[in-house]
Amino acid sequence: MLIVVCIKQVPDTTQVKIDPVTNTLVRDGIPFIVNPYDTHALEEALRLKDLFGCKVAAISMGPPNAEGTLKKALALGVDFAILLSDRVFGGADTLATSNVLAAAIAKLHAEVDTVGLVLCGKQTIDGDTAQVGPGIASRLNYSQLTLVDKIVNLDLQAKKIRVSRKLEGRHEIVESPLPAMLTVVRELNRPRYPKVQMRLVAADAVVEVWNNKTLQLDEQKIGLKGSPTWVSKIFSPERDKGEIIGDGYADPEGTAALLIDKLMAKDMLPL
Amino acid sequence: MTPSPSLFAPLLLASLAIFAWGCWKRLSLLSLGRPEERFNNIGTRIGEMLRYAFGQKRVIAKPFGFNHFIIFWSFLILMVANTEFILNGLFPHTIKLIRLPFELYVPLAFMIDIASLLALTAVTIAAVRRLFAPPYPEARTPEAFFILGLIATLMLASFGLNATELADYMLKSGADPISFIAAARKIMPISATIAGLLPPLQLETIHVTAWWAHAVALLAFICYLPNSKHMHILTAIPNCFLHRLEKPNTQPREDFTVGNTFGVGQVDSYSWKDLLDSFTCTECGRCQNVCPASITGKPLNPRAVIHDIKVNLLENGAELKNGKHSHKPLIGDGGEGSVSEESIWSCTTCGACMEACPVFIEHMPKIIQLRRHLVETEAKFPEELLNLFENMEGRSNPWGIAPSERTKWCSQLDVKPFDSETTEYLFYVGCAGSFDSRNKHVSVAMAQLLDKSGITWGILGKDEKCCGDSVRRLGNEYVFDKMAKENVATFIERGVKKVVTQCPHCFTTLKNDYRQYGLELEVIHHSELLRNLVEDGRLVLDKTTQEMGTTVFHDSCYLGRHNDVYAAPRAVIEAATGQAPLEMERNTNNAFCCGAGGGRMWMEEHVGERINLTRVNEAMEQSPDTICVACPYCMTMFEDGLKDVKADNVKVRDVAEVMAEALLR
Ligand SMILES: Cc1cc2nc3c(=O)[nH]c(=O)nc-3n(C[C@H](O)[C@H](O)[C@H](O)COP(=O)(O)OP(=O)(O)OC[C@H]3O[C@@H](n4cnc5c(N)ncnc54)[C@H](O)[C@@H]3O)c2cc1C
Ligand code: SF4
Ligand code: SF4
Ligand code: SF4
Repeated sequence: MLIVVCIKQVPDTTQVKIDPVTNTLVRDGIPFIVNPYDTHALEEALRLKDLFGCKVAAISMGPPNAEGTLKKALALGVDFAILLSDRVFGGADTLATSNVLAAAIAKLHAEVDTVGLVLCGKQTIDGDTAQVGPGIASRLNYSQLTLVDKIVNLDLQAKKIRVSRKLEGRHEIVESPLPAMLTVVRELNRPRYPKVQMRLVAADAVVEVWNNKTLQLDEQKIGLKGSPTWVSKIFSPERDKGEIIGDGYADPEGTAALLIDKLMAKDMLPL
Repeated sequence: MTPSPSLFAPLLLASLAIFAWGCWKRLSLLSLGRPEERFNNIGTRIGEMLRYAFGQKRVIAKPFGFNHFIIFWSFLILMVANTEFILNGLFPHTIKLIRLPFELYVPLAFMIDIASLLALTAVTIAAVRRLFAPPYPEARTPEAFFILGLIATLMLASFGLNATELADYMLKSGADPISFIAAARKIMPISATIAGLLPPLQLETIHVTAWWAHAVALLAFICYLPNSKHMHILTAIPNCFLHRLEKPNTQPREDFTVGNTFGVGQVDSYSWKDLLDSFTCTECGRCQNVCPASITGKPLNPRAVIHDIKVNLLENGAELKNGKHSHKPLIGDGGEGSVSEESIWSCTTCGACMEACPVFIEHMPKIIQLRRHLVETEAKFPEELLNLFENMEGRSNPWGIAPSERTKWCSQLDVKPFDSETTEYLFYVGCAGSFDSRNKHVSVAMAQLLDKSGITWGILGKDEKCCGDSVRRLGNEYVFDKMAKENVATFIERGVKKVVTQCPHCFTTLKNDYRQYGLELEVIHHSELLRNLVEDGRLVLDKTTQEMGTTVFHDSCYLGRHNDVYAAPRAVIEAATGQAPLEMERNTNNAFCCGAGGGRMWMEEHVGERINLTRVNEAMEQSPDTICVACPYCMTMFEDGLKDVKADNVKVRDVAEVMAEALLR
């Protein structure tokens, strides 16, 4: 069985600012990282590889420099890394992105091994839409399990998976047949750290690049042309003024309790 | 009246064979280790050997060290007597010291007699000490008493031998006993006194008994030596000759090529000198008695680490010689012969063990090699470190704060970027000085003092990156290597020659570690620069500050022990307050770590007493108003510790803040 992990290279957004004049992201000099949620998807795939011996492929759609992201995945132990890169993929919205990713997954399924699971992050920290994973599932007609914080059971014989979904204030245990697409949250696992030997091998590895000659997709369905989304404005939301509660000097414990109550009432403390 | 050589010769031969085999068995294992250069600067090395091996300089620095000095030198003198004994046993009627010219014989015989008495006294003291006040509890081993007993037997037997020989000579020559003994006493005071007391009729029996007692003890000693901790008698002298001439404050670089091994996971990945260290340990326990981890109840014991390396090598030696993998893991559950992960992570790299070891065993680099294996080969380390490693690699600071915030500390000041044309010093602020809200005050104080002194200085600003100290000491050499290369390139590109740092960790890394990357900088710690500026008259103190009250100074390990800077911070405090700081019980090169070094700053401390609390309590014994430090990590450790002991009235101040208080406020 093959597990495909979709990873995206994103700018380290804690350092990204929006240009107030052009309404675009100021990305100059900002280092790229692997989308944090995707590192958890990757870890889960590798964990399943350790457990069941399945193969893992990492795919990413992006410009040529997204190769670095895939090398990180290779250093962590994925078996294949494929960069989906072509000028005609550029400017894609979530629909066009999921078209390309789904096509790549279908190709892996046909040429490498039966795809049992596709793992995505819950969302990216730059686009933040959380639509690409579900988009892939729809295009491929896979079961769609979002916000997974635990794989409760994976039965490769019966081709079934049971997961826990982290919803606001509660958990949901769901079971579905394979193949399935999962989007994952950070509570799922703790990502591993790469071993030096693997980093060195990955650094020298050549990442396979698939362009549209490889995928043969209709140009009306990919890239800018295949993207119906129209961005009218990007802005930083105004932050509401905070509120000062209690008196932390006079009564630290009481104030802490007050804070916890407030956060729980707003459903901001995971239980 | 000498026993027959036909009995002695085969026994001697057998003992020598056992001795040779024991030596071969151990020393041949050294060839398993990796190569390492230890034969440079022969002249200096000979000097070190004379000072530390023959002069026993470090040995006598601690209680009972003089006792060992006596045993060591008695041993050297008695080598002559023992050689005579052996040759005489083989060729009874031909070889005797007494056949030497009289002028040579007399002083030699005198020295031997006195040395025997001294050695006997010293081993008695050692035995009593081990019985009632051992250096550490496990030191009270049967082995220790056995060897002390053996030495005592040798001494007593040699008195017996000499005394019976004197008495026999006296009887045979018919000399007047009173005047003979009186004359003999001038040559061999103890043996002659005993001779006067011996019953004439039992001389033969006593002599034969003493002879065989001496023979058996000597042969037993020879057999035993290379197979025990007393191997140190053979290896300590070379170990002093071979010790690292520069301070062992850095770790060797690694070659990041596919197929290499990183760190030490199997004992043969150590260098031959590391392996020799393990055979040289005398098990004196001095290292563990100063180790902050051992003292506060952590599983780490530096003596045990060295012992485990030895045991592991002996157990796996045969397999490793045949090119197989070892069966006993070097890193494991912590049973004899393997070092537990927990103890590997407990080390603060404070260097106290290496400072204390009389035979220059280098513990800390060996521990870091084990960390390297865990981090680089197995990617296995305490959870807390994952964030640290990623923050360091991704954002070049331990907290993962956006690098763009690095210059926030000086947003209210007029600080210039470093420019090799117009600025003399680069002020390398460091991560704590740039991001830590408390330590930013030290950076500001430093900037104001530098301005006041009139020297020209600048910062790298957003181009400044973390020096990489923590990742290197934590064994993440791969990430350190990347960081070091980047920094070295920046320093070269910007034409940096002189650097001032306000953190001992940046200080040692720029000064010592980067030298391995071909970068020779003139790095000065801010305490030294401030002292120099006062001495040169560039900073003129027309008043002292009374703000600090009574001060006590804490030595940073990476400033003091690792780099020998002790006087400068004290001089700064004295200049600023008019009073030398008080000293804690353990100070200067004996100072006790605050607990933050070796990357421990970023790790939880679950086991035993907290190291910083131990040190805070020690400082509090001096009832200070202010604890002075010269290190941002020490500052954090002390401030945290003071909160825990609820000593809100005691302040922690960096030496730059103390100076600024006197000069600027
Ligand atoms: C308002 C808006 C304006 C935008 N403007 C532009 C623009 O002008 N130019 C432009 O190029 N982009 C633009 N984008 C970005 C682009 O539409 C998205 O980056 C892309 O479609 C992925 O969506 P996302 O980042 O929201 O992913 P999400 O749906 O949040 O991602 C979920 C998961 O899908 C997977 N995934 C997502 N993207 C990839 C990928 N590329 N490769 C592999 N796996 C992936 C990951 O596992 C990820 O965790 C814009 C996005 C938005 C929302
Ligand atoms: S360096 Fe310090 S903490 Fe580490 S073993 Fe030596 S004495 Fe102990
Ligand atoms: S390592 Fe050095 S200090 Fe420690 S027990 Fe051995 S000889 Fe003594
Ligand atoms: S923080 Fe200070 S005392 Fe502690 S290890 Fe470092 S230098 Fe030593």
